[in-house]
Amino acid sequence: MKKRKYKMIEVNRQGEVWVFAEQYEGSLGEVPLELLGRGRLLADKLGVKLSAVLAGNKVDTLVDELAAFGAEKIYHVENTDLAHYQTISYTKVLCQLIEKHKPQIVLFGATAIGRDLAPRIASKMRCGLTADCTDLQIEDFTEPRTKEVHSNLLQQIRPAFGGNIIATIINYDRWPQMATVREGVMPMPERNENAKAEVVKETVSISPEDLAIKILEQHREAKKVNLKASRIIVAGGAGVGSKEGFKHIWDLANALGGVPAASRAAVDLGFIDHDYQVGQTGTTVRPALYIAVGISGAIQHTAGMSDSAKVVAINCDPDAPIFGVANFGIVGDYTQVIPKLIKAIREKA
Amino acid sequence: MAYNIVVLAKQVPDTKAVTGKAMNDDGTVNRSALPAIFNPEDLNALELALQIKDDNPGTKITMMTMGLPSACEVLRQGMYRGADRMILVTDRRAAASDTLATSYILSCAVKKLGKVDMVICGRQAIDGDTAQVGPQCAEKLDIPQITYVQELLDLKDQTITIKRSVGAGWEKVQCQLPVVLTVLDTANIPRPVAARKMMKFKKAHSAMELAKADKADLADALKAKGLLIEEWNLDHIEADLQWCGRDGSPTKVNRIQSVVLAASGHKKIEPTEQGLRDMIHELIEDHTIG
Ligand SMILES: Cc1cc2nc3c(=O)[nH]c(=O)nc-3n(C[C@H](O)[C@H](O)[C@H](O)COP(=O)(O)OP(=O)(O)OC[C@H]3O[C@@H](n4cnc5c(N)ncnc54)[C@H](O)[C@@H]3O)c2cc1C
Ligand SMILES: Cc1cc2nc3c(=O)[nH]c(=O)nc-3n(C[C@H](O)[C@H](O)[C@H](O)COP(=O)(O)OP(=O)(O)OC[C@H]3O[C@@H](n4cnc5c(N)ncnc54)[C@H](O)[C@@H]3O)c2cc1C
Repeated sequence: MKKRKYKMIEVNRQGEVWVFAEQYEGSLGEVPLELLGRGRLLADKLGVKLSAVLAGNKVDTLVDELAAFGAEKIYHVENTDLAHYQTISYTKVLCQLIEKHKPQIVLFGATAIGRDLAPRIASKMRCGLTADCTDLQIEDFTEPRTKEVHSNLLQQIRPAFGGNIIATIINYDRWPQMATVREGVMPMPERNENAKAEVVKETVSISPEDLAIKILEQHREAKKVNLKASRIIVAGGAGVGSKEGFKHIWDLANALGGVPAASRAAVDLGFIDHDYQVGQTGTTVRPALYIAVGISGAIQHTAGMSDSAKVVAINCDPDAPIFGVANFGIVGDYTQVIPKLIKAIREKA
Repeated sequence: MAYNIVVLAKQVPDTKAVTGKAMNDDGTVNRSALPAIFNPEDLNALELALQIKDDNPGTKITMMTMGLPSACEVLRQGMYRGADRMILVTDRRAAASDTLATSYILSCAVKKLGKVDMVICGRQAIDGDTAQVGPQCAEKLDIPQITYVQELLDLKDQTITIKRSVGAGWEKVQCQLPVVLTVLDTANIPRPVAARKMMKFKKAHSAMELAKADKADLADALKAKGLLIEEWNLDHIEADLQWCGRDGSPTKVNRIQSVVLAASGHKKIEPTEQGLRDMIHELIEDHTIG
């Protein structure tokens, strides 16, 4: 394989804000749309265009979708060899486009694909990459030693150290500023049917050595539950004690028209499937109401639910940390509390 | 067939053991207050390498780590389980490397080994938490990568077949060696240390470790027994300094905050029928439910 060297990108204030439009078999999923939502805010602040990069085979139907969610410009690469995501071929597409158009920011979802692709691109472009961001802002930065001011940098905010710290990362010399962004933390923008985008067709030639991996079989499982879309979530933890006890969680969720969820401990104990896990290694949720039952409130759990509008905690230990993020705290045994709660809900309804 | 495998392993602070004591007042982490451990998923990487060695006699596993001399412990831990060679990449000029610089340095060290069939990493380190070093090493070495390895399905001559996880599902993929693999914690159960190997290799040390313990004179004797851990610096691996350390790192840490739960104060609800009714009433009033 002959290694192609790409030109490094310098600070470029006119550069656009880019979102990688990850798609699987012609559908976008939520992540690129979430990125467009935040990308919009960043692009407005910087006074530049928000663009999406769409690559694949017969994906032109997605152009309107990306426009409806805020992309002003879409770089569209069609190639039968891009039908299935592969690290090296997609890296080539992105590197060529980045070298040509010099965006100042490129965002990827912190998905299985985004976390496979973005580091390879960053390495090829010799630029920085911040992993798994939960927030992105534009702010000036003053170099503490030289007092040099770098204006309007992308502040890439991410948990590290097993979730125990939040680091704000910047890159001010080698651009683009690239980040992967955790799924579900950026709110979905509203859909605007009438929005239109400029489409820029690009061609990238894919050679056999760009397809080094042979995909023998692919299997996608539909998620059993869409926690992110749920307004009301009732989550059970290790304190629920058994799979039978989890029936209380399902009952309360049903009574409220919500869905059940769980801490990792409850998943590990086999009370419920992993798809229902909330937290750092599960889903990040921001419902109107989150009821935590028998959950102690470890950082890795609260990282996935602390943006809920209202939190109710039910725990028999008055000192459980979960009460620290709760709006309503109920100290008691859940087997006593939940039946009374369901009764109260039925009475009101 | 015999393979040459490099396992990249990182020594990390045990972030699962973080308590208030491990946090400095300025919000940074006091690493010395935390036990240093073998990055958990790197044990899964090592286990995969050992299984390949079990099935392919003659296979050689090189443990490589970049870090302070104290990181020699992960190299020894690798030998206790069945690895064959230990290399510590250590250099003050490598300090403050981000993932780009780290993978540049590690790839220079791997290149120095000559022909390598597989470079096996953990998916992610539990301190930096980025999962970027594996893919970036693959790019620097200009070879394919297979991330999120769940199972080795087949390895014949130069062809490897892997089942990898893709979040909501999996895929079976195949490629020609050499390749970089990043291994998930669910891929296998790492084997325990072998007592006999441990007896032998706990005596292994690097020159810097010996110097620190005022035992520099032991180096030759250890070397003769194959117990001297090789130490490579940036000159040995012919790394270009502009891509190493702080200068080679485009990402800079602007701020670090420890996670303090926003203890906004909550309303206590009595677990009585009346108390719960009142709470439900309040949630209906403000349109949270109903
Ligand atoms: C790298 C990493 C990633 C992680 N990712 C996640 C993640 O994504 N999501 C996640 O949740 N965790 C995650 N964890 C695990 C996390 O650290 C905690 O171990 C886990 O959240 C604890 O679950 P729990 O609160 O259900 O259990 P426990 O901590 O055991 O708490 C049980 C609680 O139930 C209460 N209780 C007991 N009986 C009753 C009763 N009858 N009625 C009422 N209350 C009762 C107890 O007082 C206690 O507070 C992760 C950990 C690590 C290291
Ligand atoms: C709070 C904080 C946040 C950071 N955020 C970023 C960021 O967003 N982007 C960035 O580029 N850098 C970041 N860094 C720097 C980064 O942690 C270091 O570059 C580190 O050396 C490698 O990254 P990692 O720990 O994330 O490893 P990962 O990429 O998660 O490690 C994956 C695998 O690579 C191998 N590996 C990694 N390091 C070594 C090593 N030293 N020796 C041998 N094998 C190794 C192991 O097999 C490991 O399982 C951050 C550092 C801190 C302290």
